[in-house]
Amino acid sequence: MTIIEVKQLTKIFGSEARQALPLLDQGWSKEKIAQEVKLTVGVNKAEFSIEEGEIFVIMGLSGSGKSTLVRLLNRLIEPTAGQVLFKGKDVVKMNAEQLRQFRRKNIGMVFQKFALFPHRSVLSNAEYGLEIQGVEKKKRKELAMKALELVGLGGWENHRPDQLSGGMQQRVGLARGLANDPDILLMDEAFSALDPLIRKDMQQELLELQARVKKTIVFITHDLDEALRIGDRIALMKDGVIVQIGTPEEILIQPANKYVERFVEDVDLSKVLTAAHVMIPPEMIRPERGPRVALQLMRDNGVSSLYVADKEMKLHGLITADDAAQALKQDQTILDVMRRDIPRVHPDALLNDLFEMMSETHLPVAVVDESNRLRGIVIKGAVLSALAGNAVLEGGMLR
Amino acid sequence: MNLPKIPLGSGIEWIENWLTTYFGTFFDIIHAIIGGMVNGIEAALLFLPALILIALITALAYWIGKWRMALFAVIGLLLIDNLGLWGPTMQSLALVLTASILAVLIGVPVGILCAQSNGVKNTVTPILDFMQTMPAFVYLLPAVSFFSLGVVPGVIASIIFAIPPTIRLTNLGIRQVSAELVEAADAFGSTPTQKLIKLQLPIAMPTIMAGINQTIMLSLSMVVISSMIGAQGVGALVYRAVSQAKTGAGFEAGIAIVIIAILLDRLTQNALKPKQR
Repeated sequence: MTIIEVKQLTKIFGSEARQALPLLDQGWSKEKIAQEVKLTVGVNKAEFSIEEGEIFVIMGLSGSGKSTLVRLLNRLIEPTAGQVLFKGKDVVKMNAEQLRQFRRKNIGMVFQKFALFPHRSVLSNAEYGLEIQGVEKKKRKELAMKALELVGLGGWENHRPDQLSGGMQQRVGLARGLANDPDILLMDEAFSALDPLIRKDMQQELLELQARVKKTIVFITHDLDEALRIGDRIALMKDGVIVQIGTPEEILIQPANKYVERFVEDVDLSKVLTAAHVMIPPEMIRPERGPRVALQLMRDNGVSSLYVADKEMKLHGLITADDAAQALKQDQTILDVMRRDIPRVHPDALLNDLFEMMSETHLPVAVVDESNRLRGIVIKGAVLSALAGNAVLEGGMLR
Repeated sequence: MNLPKIPLGSGIEWIENWLTTYFGTFFDIIHAIIGGMVNGIEAALLFLPALILIALITALAYWIGKWRMALFAVIGLLLIDNLGLWGPTMQSLALVLTASILAVLIGVPVGILCAQSNGVKNTVTPILDFMQTMPAFVYLLPAVSFFSLGVVPGVIASIIFAIPPTIRLTNLGIRQVSAELVEAADAFGSTPTQKLIKLQLPIAMPTIMAGINQTIMLSLSMVVISSMIGAQGVGALVYRAVSQAKTGAGFEAGIAIVIIAILLDRLTQNALKPKQR
């Protein structure tokens, strides 16, 4: 379900900002408007919709208008023109009281420099959103504590923000944003002020958190790696214009224009592509079949091993030609001779993490999901050609 | 060419007369309130025997500033009592406290308004400049004609002279609260009042306290000037000593003012610190 729909959303800074609107309609660029009428175009007719429960990333370099755009969504900055529809209701038309209720109940925010209240404890920072709604003391403490536990800060509630490290401070920011259980969480460069290592942890934790609380998250970043890692969809901005919206794969593989292409050309594909992208269908055999059938299948398909999987595709192991021949001689079943300790990965595993595993084994790596169902296998050749270029990807291996 | 002199002085006097004629009742009410406050505080200060009050103030000094301040309080106040200046000193203290309390009660809200609107700030700032630079003697005169002689015009003059730092620093303190924090408070749906009470005032508090401290010091500096229009107290003793060229008596009364000044200064400066630790 669509939770936010943005139509022709525009922000021009300066007095008499509206006079530049017709100029935008005529297709004037941000630069030309700045020169000729001395007005700054922040966001130029942005148009997109956000689905409930997705992580929508708005990415762009500094000055691209991404921070302005996110502030138009909760009207920390007043739009010059356009609509922001939250579940069909136009946020831009709300009066002060309606807007306040919208901010209190529906939309939370996490800030780049944390913006924690220095005179309040961690707990009372997390309580802030509830406190101003007039939630009674016991209840708001309970909810704030729950939010703090959720971000892994249980036990820190009585500390002051300045006693915590940057990563922990931003967890407080996150808890404050989550405590009043909003539908949408805006995160404005939330991890940009953190050390790279802590940043990665936080990205991972955000994904885990998202899987549990299922919030709609609008995440602003200037870091493509971050966008690709956490975004379900990415909107790429330049000069106030959204130049492309798509899944990480779409952005990488089909850049809409030269700008996006240049943006993504340096991306390390091994940190973006997953096992699911490069896996190929495996040759399989049911466990109840005999070794003779196994040998025949291998001969027919020109392979030297088969994956043993049952009707539900549950993976049991792997049988090689030698194993099958031995079983035939000694009158054993496939289950008696197959190897059970074969390398496995999750479909979402990054190629980056696959390298090590593949260098340690001569076998293909089996791709299995949470319920141990065999989805495919990864062979060395496919990984290498995926990293070398897009040939394999364009050959239809994408989901 | 001889331009006629602009009748600024006579204009001011005309306004003064007009105000006295038509706002007499209003000034009478103010007079009653301020006079009541000064008398009340004075009575409260003189209600207890000097030694007991000294013990109480010393305890307060110990609570706020530990033994060094307590030591200073006990020695200083005993000296004042010993010099026989306890009564006049308490009279002056009542004047200073009244002026300071009223200056804070008026100044903090005005400072808040200044912080919230550039228009208000741009209007108030030149008035504050005027109040601080116009020699205090000059507004003693209209104060006397509105409130007659005595302690009340002294309090009024003290407020006018002493209120600017409270207004200025309240404004400054609130404006210094970082835009990010204000934005965060807005993003969670705070009303302007909630933002003020839960965020801006607490963070601005050290700056506001510095302003209040300055206001107290300035109103203390007015006690001698106030005595020229009939305010009683240790300021009057200084004034009399000066006019009679009695160095010794002047010095004794002066020391009493210095002791009270240092005590008030240290007490107000340190009052907020324990809570911040």
